[in-house]
Amino acid sequence: MNTIVAQADNLKKSFGTNDVLVDISLKLHQAENLVIFGKSGSGKSVLIKCLAGLITPDEGTILLFGEDIAALNDEALNKIRKRIGFLFQSAALYDSMTVAENLAFPLRDQTDKNRDELSQQVLEVLTSVGLEEALNKMPSELSGGMRKRVGLARSLMLRPEIILYDEPTTGLDPITSKEISQLILDVQKKYNTAAIIITHDVECARITANRMMAIKEGATAAEGTFQELENAADSWVKSFFK
Amino acid sequence: MQLYNEHAQSHCFVKSTALNRSSHTTSAPLSAVLSSARSTIEEVGLLTRFTARFFKTVFRPRYEFAELLRQCYTMGYRSFPLVVITGFIMGLVLTIQSRPTLAEFGAESWLPSMVAISIIREIGPVIIALIFAGKVGSGIGAELASMKVTEQIDAMEVAGNNPFRYIVVTRVAAATLTLPLLVILADAVSLYGAYVGVNLKADVNARLFLIQVFEKLDFSDIFPACIKTVFFGFAVGIIGCFKGYNSNKGTEGVGAAANSSVVIGSLLIFIIDMIAVQITSLYIQ
Repeated sequence: MNTIVAQADNLKKSFGTNDVLVDISLKLHQAENLVIFGKSGSGKSVLIKCLAGLITPDEGTILLFGEDIAALNDEALNKIRKRIGFLFQSAALYDSMTVAENLAFPLRDQTDKNRDELSQQVLEVLTSVGLEEALNKMPSELSGGMRKRVGLARSLMLRPEIILYDEPTTGLDPITSKEISQLILDVQKKYNTAAIIITHDVECARITANRMMAIKEGATAAEGTFQELENAADSWVKSFFK
Repeated sequence: MQLYNEHAQSHCFVKSTALNRSSHTTSAPLSAVLSSARSTIEEVGLLTRFTARFFKTVFRPRYEFAELLRQCYTMGYRSFPLVVITGFIMGLVLTIQSRPTLAEFGAESWLPSMVAISIIREIGPVIIALIFAGKVGSGIGAELASMKVTEQIDAMEVAGNNPFRYIVVTRVAAATLTLPLLVILADAVSLYGAYVGVNLKADVNARLFLIQVFEKLDFSDIFPACIKTVFFGFAVGIIGCFKGYNSNKGTEGVGAAANSSVVIGSLLIFIIDMIAVQITSLYIQ
């Protein structure tokens, strides 16, 4: 767990006059679940989008698997991205494709797999999130929880070493939220992945976090284990656990 | 546990007021015009870069043939009824409207030739391209903007797939290939409409009608008209994709992308048409 797989140093990002990230640094170790929490608009989603290379920070460096992503060309960045999974808040399933096609899409550039092997892998991953019956359904036919599961399954198709979860339980009922949180934990154990989980959900954090980080106004406010932050003296940090 | 220093400084508000002072000295309407001109120039620059990226990507593997065919089916086959109905009405109405004027000069026998030249040279390509901009251009703009809002484009990007190739290149190529075929179809149906229009007040058989049509039609009428529809299709595709792909105002942006795809696409059709007519008249007498 000591190998650092992702590292961000002194990230700054502004949109116009709005300073979203003021000074953020983090380290993510192999097979570690890091939960990041904070108020809405504090820059959590922007932070993980910077880590995925979707947003370019104004200042600071991001190292993924020891490589500075700012120095990589498109091809090299895409190779790194294939080692990262991303579960979007809305799951971001492709509307025009079935669940099976959604899952197979990230593997379309891998020509070494034939159709049968691909179908087998799709079924295997879909079974691991408990949704094998949804194979031929369209995204519009799925419930919110099912969409999240399919989104997670799709991000697992490339066997990522890091998974970035953007509010995985938002908009779900408590029971489904708990199931998704448990699934995140199962994925960590089964695939030995490291993960950054952005969430407001205390129960999700309790189940999944090895370590937690609080973000306030675009900067790191506190860091520690769930128990440490739950018992923090700082009233702002403590307010999230009430 | 580690607690970090508060970052209570409100960075948003600590800004120099020099810019504000200078803007007060400029009259409001002038600054609005300058701002509008600046954003238009920026938009043209971004569109040029987007188009350059299209040409850079389109000839490089991997080629998305399956998606290209799907888009051709969506844009072409599904526009079929609209194009057929419009084409027929276009030919019929033009014939009915032109008859009295030609009759006044005793040139009624010129009706099939005149209608055919008008439709094939100008009216067919432009009307069908405008319909295409309204149906397909708005559809592309709204679809891509919606994909952007729901983070589907980001999802492709983060999985290391190339969303530009899969989404933009296929749609622009499909629009470029499909529109000329639709225009040829519409021209043919328009001529049938004209045949019906001619026979409302006369008795001209199909063979005589076709002889009269093709007697005056030349290669120089047909070829430039076909070539310009390729550019019309490309313009509709690239504008729809540009507006949708760069949409950034949430759900509001979806409507805005659809709307501006149609408006700018239609405007470009007229500009391209004007240029095409100038070039044609220079080289073909």
